[in-house]
Amino acid sequence: MIKYSIRRILLTIPLLLVVLSMVFVFVRLAPGDPAMAMLGQYATQEGLDALRKQMGLDAPMWLQYLRFLGDLLRGDLGVSMLNGVPVVDQLRVVLPYTLELTVSAMVLGVLLGVPMGVYTALRRNRSADYSGRVVSLVGISIPSFFLGILLLYVFSVRMDLFPVLGAGRDGDLGDRLYHLVLPTLSLGLIMTSYIMRMTRSSMLNVLNEDFVRTAKSKGLQERIVVYKHAFMNALIPVVSVLGIYFIINLGSSIMTEIVFSRPGLGKLMVLAMKQRDYVVLQSVMVIYATLAIFINLFVDLIYGLIDPRIKYG
Amino acid sequence: MKNDILLEVRDLHTHFYTDEGLVKAADGIDITIKKGKTLGLVGESGCGKSVTALSIMRLIQEPPGKIVKGEILFDDQNLLKLSEAKMRHIRGNRISMIFQEPMTSLNPLLRCGNQIAEAISLHQGVSNRDARAKAVEMLQKVGIPDPEGRAREYPHQMSGGMRQRVMIAMALSCNPELMIADEPTTALDVSIQAQILALMNQLKEEFGASILLITHDLGVIADMAQSVAVMYAGKIVEYVDVVRLFDNPMHPYSVGLMESIPKMDEVVPEDKILRTIPGVVPSLYNLPSGCYFQERCNEAFDACGKKVPPLIEIEPGHLLRCWKYGQQ
Amino acid sequence: MLNDLRRKQLRVFLRNRIAVVGFFLTLLLILIAFFAGYVAPYDPNEQNVYSRLTSPDLKHWFGTDSYGRDTLSRVIHGSRISLAVGVCSIIFGMVIGSLAGMFAAFDRGKIGNLIMRAVDVMMCFPAEIFAILFLVMIGQGMDKLIFAIGVVMAPRFARLSYGTTLSIREREYIEAARALGAKRPRIVLKHIFPNILGEILVMCSLWTATAIRVEANLSFLGMGVPPPTATWGNMVRTGVSQLTNAPWLSIFPGLAIMVAVLAFNLIGDGLRDVMDPKLQQG
Repeated sequence: MIKYSIRRILLTIPLLLVVLSMVFVFVRLAPGDPAMAMLGQYATQEGLDALRKQMGLDAPMWLQYLRFLGDLLRGDLGVSMLNGVPVVDQLRVVLPYTLELTVSAMVLGVLLGVPMGVYTALRRNRSADYSGRVVSLVGISIPSFFLGILLLYVFSVRMDLFPVLGAGRDGDLGDRLYHLVLPTLSLGLIMTSYIMRMTRSSMLNVLNEDFVRTAKSKGLQERIVVYKHAFMNALIPVVSVLGIYFIINLGSSIMTEIVFSRPGLGKLMVLAMKQRDYVVLQSVMVIYATLAIFINLFVDLIYGLIDPRIKYG
Repeated sequence: MKNDILLEVRDLHTHFYTDEGLVKAADGIDITIKKGKTLGLVGESGCGKSVTALSIMRLIQEPPGKIVKGEILFDDQNLLKLSEAKMRHIRGNRISMIFQEPMTSLNPLLRCGNQIAEAISLHQGVSNRDARAKAVEMLQKVGIPDPEGRAREYPHQMSGGMRQRVMIAMALSCNPELMIADEPTTALDVSIQAQILALMNQLKEEFGASILLITHDLGVIADMAQSVAVMYAGKIVEYVDVVRLFDNPMHPYSVGLMESIPKMDEVVPEDKILRTIPGVVPSLYNLPSGCYFQERCNEAFDACGKKVPPLIEIEPGHLLRCWKYGQQ
Repeated sequence: MLNDLRRKQLRVFLRNRIAVVGFFLTLLLILIAFFAGYVAPYDPNEQNVYSRLTSPDLKHWFGTDSYGRDTLSRVIHGSRISLAVGVCSIIFGMVIGSLAGMFAAFDRGKIGNLIMRAVDVMMCFPAEIFAILFLVMIGQGMDKLIFAIGVVMAPRFARLSYGTTLSIREREYIEAARALGAKRPRIVLKHIFPNILGEILVMCSLWTATAIRVEANLSFLGMGVPPPTATWGNMVRTGVSQLTNAPWLSIFPGLAIMVAVLAFNLIGDGLRDVMDPKLQQG
């Protein structure tokens, strides 16, 4: 287990490095001169040169790359090209919003999806299973922004039950939670569909396994066979794909943040894209990728913890 | 005489309703198991041996399967008429089962000791601690060295032979009267096979249990069983004690099975290679009319194509389903 | 025997009513996209000052926007972009992805290893982020969108074909073909590709659904095919600001996206049942 964990953690380092390098390369290859973008079309040549020098854009590519990595290591993500605010400060403000949204959606997805998956698997080919299958297929087909818009229209515009915009007043927990309900639902119901489908098929696979038959042949009650023997085994594949689902969730959260006008990484990224603020854009991408990598690491470590084949491998 | 009979299966019909049609996997099975004896059930794969075993345990997956007809008399009660709760009390307690695949038959997430203890505490109502102690004792009985340590291990940490020993320990843990062993050694190495079979024989004596041994390997039958039922395409074709079967097999299918065993003590003449039964098992979806074996039988004649032969007693204790011997 | 299997597969597919619905839905969508010019009641870009922001009625089933453009016609024309981008990017992604995966499985040397590590890295990004990264670099447009989404989807195909090829590789007939001196590209084409095709087809339809959704997401974020071309995503994007007074502007194109994605998912789901190895044993 310890060996597995250490190996898994060490594997993260090159992965992280490559991902960071990719972000660097892509953003540097983007068309348009950042300095020009900042100063506008009436900039003088001297002004541009001075700014490039200040931003380190005159240095050779490899030096820029090393500086980029060095800055990251020191936690310095640069200064926004447009408003001069350090990017780290901006991220510190928006990151909690994105985290609270994506994590709560994931939790909702697990809490609803796993029981529903088990329920439909046990009622295979009956009406509950069919309707579950159709609903979950709709769930994985609906874009997060559209589900958000539907919820917003029904519950905020028509019924006036929930707020339309924003993430609530800072420091007011009740207000924050109140604003979190609809965005969480719109992401969480999609996650529910994914997790439900995975749980159902995993459960159906396990119910056909030999050891389930062994458990039955011992004279155990159906309930114990299903929950102690089948369910625990069915969970392992579900846990192992949670990392992938979280990455999908993270991607969908961008659109959800836009629909609900919530502050967050996605909102910041779209703004940076519009304004061609490459420093901010690059940092947001780095954060997204880092989040995804760490979530995957986390999931793999949990996986190792619950599967004795890895724990005592 | 009646008292020494432990299990009697009468006219068992188990059908499977599949996409392709109806499969009569057990098509009128009659077998009798005596107390303390071993009955071998022999046949090629897919002939309905395992279905018969699972029917006795009432573990047929429904749907697609269903026991449509028959009686399974165990200790004067018809198992097919019992409530599920009463049946659970028999499963694992009075009738237990060992499966073919030791690699997949144990739950990978539970320690082996706990998997054995689970059955013990369920049926004997002892505390978890006592159950675990009994599990360790059982592991020792099946010849596992360091039973204390092994009880704490997970299945993946053991070899196939070890796992099958764990399965046997689990099956015997509640002193069952009948142990059903479905191809218990097929998946194991030859050297381990002999050990496991010897162990089963020894424990059968010690616990006074009966065994229903399912196999396709006549060598195993010779070592273990007192009587044999030969199965073909869902029906019993010959039913006799083991000595008479090996000395004088009568059904052409049994004869074919005998001839296809390599004999260690005989020098095979160079022009004579190991005989095999020609052809393949007929598809259970469309069986021939008449005797199911006719297409592969080199002694078939016109009566064979008309009607399925009945199972008749041609001499005391020798049942046969073949037109060659009785054409009433 | 193969024929038997095919017939059995067809029967399973047809009996799966959900999948058949998906199949006809997809067919309908493709027909609509193909004949958009004939099906659409109005010119999608024709402005009409006299019927601005009218709610759905008999004249304009899906209502009109603030320029008086007919939403139904725009949704119909938008289907072309969604389907074209979805299908083309998947074809592109499938070709490069599965070739790379098959190569890696066959090579199993340094280059193969490098390819699969690159796949791992690419799978770390959410699809939308990865596509945006590309689009920032190469700029916007239909062709670029297809390229970006194709590249985003390629690693999935690579992983799929890598796994399947590895398992098939070990089978005897490929060993035999190799022993007979068949050249590697020939082995891949003649023996491996037909074998993994089934699985790739299933995933193609499921991932076309994903690609359509990613396209819609990118359009919604303003990174898709730029206006005035109507795409479902950018229609929702402009409509959402008028959700209170003209909800039809965002809801109808949104529904269209959902139906299109659903149609491909239904087919994929049904095909997966058909390709179930359990079916082929029995």
